[in-house]
Amino acid sequence: MLASLLIVFREMLEAGLVVGIVMAATEGLAGRALAILGGIGAGVSGAALVAGFADMIAEAAEGVGQELFTAGVLLAAVAMLTFHTTWMSRHGRKLASEIKEFGRAAVKGDKSLFALAAVVGLAVMREGSEVVLFLYGIAASSHEGIGAMFAGGAIGLVLAAAVSYALYRGLLTIPMRHLFSVTNGMIALLAAGMAGQAAAVLAGADVIPSWGERLWNTSFILPDGSWLGRALHALIGYSAAPSGVQIAAWLATLAVIAALARWTPDENRKPKPAAPLTDTKVAARG
Amino acid sequence: MRALLLALTVSLLASAANADDPQLVIKDHKFQPERLEVPAGVKFKLMVRNNDPTAEEFESFQLNREKVVPPGKEIPVFLGPLDRGEYPFFGDFHQDTAKGVLVAK
Repeated sequence: MLASLLIVFREMLEAGLVVGIVMAATEGLAGRALAILGGIGAGVSGAALVAGFADMIAEAAEGVGQELFTAGVLLAAVAMLTFHTTWMSRHGRKLASEIKEFGRAAVKGDKSLFALAAVVGLAVMREGSEVVLFLYGIAASSHEGIGAMFAGGAIGLVLAAAVSYALYRGLLTIPMRHLFSVTNGMIALLAAGMAGQAAAVLAGADVIPSWGERLWNTSFILPDGSWLGRALHALIGYSAAPSGVQIAAWLATLAVIAALARWTPDENRKPKPAAPLTDTKVAARG
Repeated sequence: MRALLLALTVSLLASAANADDPQLVIKDHKFQPERLEVPAGVKFKLMVRNNDPTAEEFESFQLNREKVVPPGKEIPVFLGPLDRGEYPFFGDFHQDTAKGVLVAK
């Protein structure tokens, strides 16, 4: 039971941290509960599907199918996260002021919500497929009984959900006018971490050059296998001994997101000479 | 994109198993051998075969690798160039029993 508890918690913690950030980043958007739950549901179905086709994926592309698939999933998530941060630099200010005033947003955030729900789905699918394979293995060899396995798995899941919720509540203590700047920063780091991971996986499969393996090694301070190491791996892509291409992908993603955010005009700040009333309202809100 | 495809093709051509690739076999949730010598300073391909009826995941923090090995399958893990030394690995799904060390010489 402890084995299934630990592995479910470990794998779902990463997805849980993503969900926590996404929940804070979509605070006040209409329909977000449904979107995030939908993302989780799709992720669970996807995980079962990926686990079911594990054979085929492993044997595809002469044995590097797994790496190509993982990198593809990660890069899709990076694209969605980048879209969100860009969308937020356009609408974030307005969103925050509306939530402050009315408790919820009038801004339509459907596209951004969809992008983040997809990120949740992809994270759950990626981590969940390993859980499915592991639990299936236990069920098949069944030394400890399926009941104990599911009990352990359920506790692990609840614990991961608790961490996710704690992160969300923690982020909500940030004042509304700063909340989205913080979540945007976290999402940019999340995207950079995933891009770095994708690069590491591709370099690990010898599909792209590694530009130097293990450029440094901080595992004596913070090992990858420790809980903090795992959490930071999920949040910012921490790796005790990263490769050159991993660092390059990490930096490049942050640079692209920062550049997009900078060059995307904030719609709420744009002066609208035709409607002076809006302008004064904006000024009043500061 | 073209460079990626080229790299992919090259890696695919390179990935067909050779008899002299170092090999690990998983049986009864244990690695055989549990200590495997591999060449230091060069790229090589570690073949991991799973003879158990359930999936295993080859994982190593020191090597920065994790890869699922489905039951009855053999998958390549691309490694190196490694510095001389010892690199522990484990089976993520059976951590109590599935442990081993690569020794790069």
